[in-house]
Amino acid sequence: MSDGRFEAGDAHQMAADAHQMAADAHQLAGDADETAEADVWDGRVARLLALLRHRLTGDYEVDEFGFDRQLTESVFLPLMRPFYRTWFRVETYGIKHLPDDGPALIVANHSGTIALDAAMLCVAVHDEHPARRFLRLLGADFVFRMPGLSEVARKSGSTLACNPDAERLLRSGELVGVFPEGFKGVGKPFAERYKLQRFGRGGFVSAALRTGTPIIPVSIVGAEETYPLLGNIRPLARLLGAPYFPVTPLFPWLGPLGMVPLPSKWLIEFGEPIVTEGMADSADDPMAVFNLADQVRETIQQTLHRLLELRPDPWSA
Amino acid sequence: MSERTSGSVRRVRGAQRDERSGSSARRARSSSSTSRGSAPKVVLVTGVARRLGAQVAARLVADPRVERVIGVDLAAPSTELARLLDGVELHRVDLRNPEIARLLGDEGVQAVAHLAITTAVDYQSGGRGATKELNVIGTMQLLAACQQAPELRKLVIRSSTAAYGASFRDPAVFTEDTEPRETPRGGFARDVLDVEGYVRGFRRRCPDVVATVLRFAPFIGEHADTRLKRYFSLPVVPTVLGRDPRLQFVHVDDAVEVLHRATVERHPGTYNVAGRGVLTLSQAIRRAGRVTLPVIEPGLSAVAGFAKSSGALDFSLDQLDLFVHGRVVDTTRLVEEFGFEPRSTAAAFDDFIRGAGFGPLGPDRVRRAERAILDGIRRVRDTAEGDR
Repeated sequence: MSDGRFEAGDAHQMAADAHQMAADAHQLAGDADETAEADVWDGRVARLLALLRHRLTGDYEVDEFGFDRQLTESVFLPLMRPFYRTWFRVETYGIKHLPDDGPALIVANHSGTIALDAAMLCVAVHDEHPARRFLRLLGADFVFRMPGLSEVARKSGSTLACNPDAERLLRSGELVGVFPEGFKGVGKPFAERYKLQRFGRGGFVSAALRTGTPIIPVSIVGAEETYPLLGNIRPLARLLGAPYFPVTPLFPWLGPLGMVPLPSKWLIEFGEPIVTEGMADSADDPMAVFNLADQVRETIQQTLHRLLELRPDPWSA
Repeated sequence: MSERTSGSVRRVRGAQRDERSGSSARRARSSSSTSRGSAPKVVLVTGVARRLGAQVAARLVADPRVERVIGVDLAAPSTELARLLDGVELHRVDLRNPEIARLLGDEGVQAVAHLAITTAVDYQSGGRGATKELNVIGTMQLLAACQQAPELRKLVIRSSTAAYGASFRDPAVFTEDTEPRETPRGGFARDVLDVEGYVRGFRRRCPDVVATVLRFAPFIGEHADTRLKRYFSLPVVPTVLGRDPRLQFVHVDDAVEVLHRATVERHPGTYNVAGRGVLTLSQAIRRAGRVTLPVIEPGLSAVAGFAKSSGALDFSLDQLDLFVHGRVVDTTRLVEEFGFEPRSTAAAFDDFIRGAGFGPLGPDRVRRAERAILDGIRRVRDTAEGDR
């Protein structure tokens, strides 16, 4: 497909760009080394300056969805990594189920009031998988309506959850992530934690069927306890145009301090891929779509129960 | 009228046969060998008093297969463009006037390239209302005249990717089949939708005329579009706070190439014309060496209004939407059908900057600053070590 070729070209260009950047940094570091002894800090400063130069002069690539690989690698992921490693102590299982290249549709449960699980899943896919792949998330239109948030989402590789975008990403061989519960999942009360919500219309299933992409069910344990949702101030939500206005044990009582997530212990399990090849005909068959969506949902729910038994104490090390 | 229609049917029978065999083989025909043979001898180009129209007319004059090029515009071309139009038979005709029908018939025009569809609002001659008149009524009248033109075989329409609108609910990439989710606000986008609607009607009524609709991304190039040039040469470039739209451009030279091919070859259908790849607005401004000034969205509307009234800049609402949500199109169909790929958006923009010049933060200066900082660090450390 020519799309694939374009994407590959872009990726190649990006790789070349990154290489050039590394070379520049190395050269500058080399200059610095002439007088001083080999010093890691020289290299770091030179690399940072080279990065700044690339950013300041617009010398980087952005793909057609707005994904800025350089920014994601050098800013977004490093910002999230301390949360991933130290704060939530994330453990992953079954990362080998992700393909080294080519497309896959990752379907995960969604929880935790604000979508921290999306960010952690991106770090998990990039850092734990040997091919260091990027996860391209599909986001609700609310995300793309908000100034600021919409740009962070696009630059980190997300795009609007709609079939044309999902299929375009899959056809160009990307790893696509989706949370079919949507706001029903993130905004559910703490009492209903780890109870999977309804899976919408199953649009993700038809996208996978139409492109013959394997579906990988992913279960995330830990996000529910980060911001236990006790209540929802509906008038305020309506005023802000948000899906809900959360009340947690700390928010809004402690103000900005209440926005610090509780340090729960996280487990992420990537399940066995569900093959959909050769089923393109059933993409428009509602029965087939619902059945497959149900199968994915059941798999995630059962895995959640199993993971919860592995982690009896949400605050364990 | 009926007599005329039957006459036109008789006279274009050859073309019709071509059409029938062509349409059945449309998918298979990737090379343009069949289309080469059908180059029109007499071509009429509208909008030749503007740069794009003049360049396309000049390009057609240079094509040996085309015998005559007739240029039409309401205004007289500037002296600079008049030099380009050497060899073009110029007529000052208002498209809204029945005179155009006579011209098409009398001169035996075989192809029409309709480029007199413009974004630019001319405040001297009646503002937005007058532009809409020219775009919409002009096209309507021209198509009515085309319907009666006995020799006509080909119609090429300049449209715009503005037809897709821009909103946060849209898919990231528009293909030719994407329907806009809502009617785009802003005059030009609506004009374009109206124009394309008329072309659909024309296709139904005159199936023997090959109609090509080209949806162009914003034009850019070394000498092109003074409006974009003015925007990117502002001392600080206003953007919408919290928004960094994905933009695409097409180089004017490539647009001319596509228009030329569409006119002399056979490419029925609708095509997106844009440079592959994307620049975000902030990235483009940085590449131009400029500084951004993020303004909150309601504020930008006010700034746009003020700039408009002072005549410094002119922005319409659909452009504001573009600067909030961005717009990217898929050009696979164009590349496959035309066998031609416009240079990438980034390359087109680089060419544009070469013409417009870098701002205060050009790449050389940034590189010098980087060196200076590294040298500074080294010097400080050398002295520190010397002290020890």
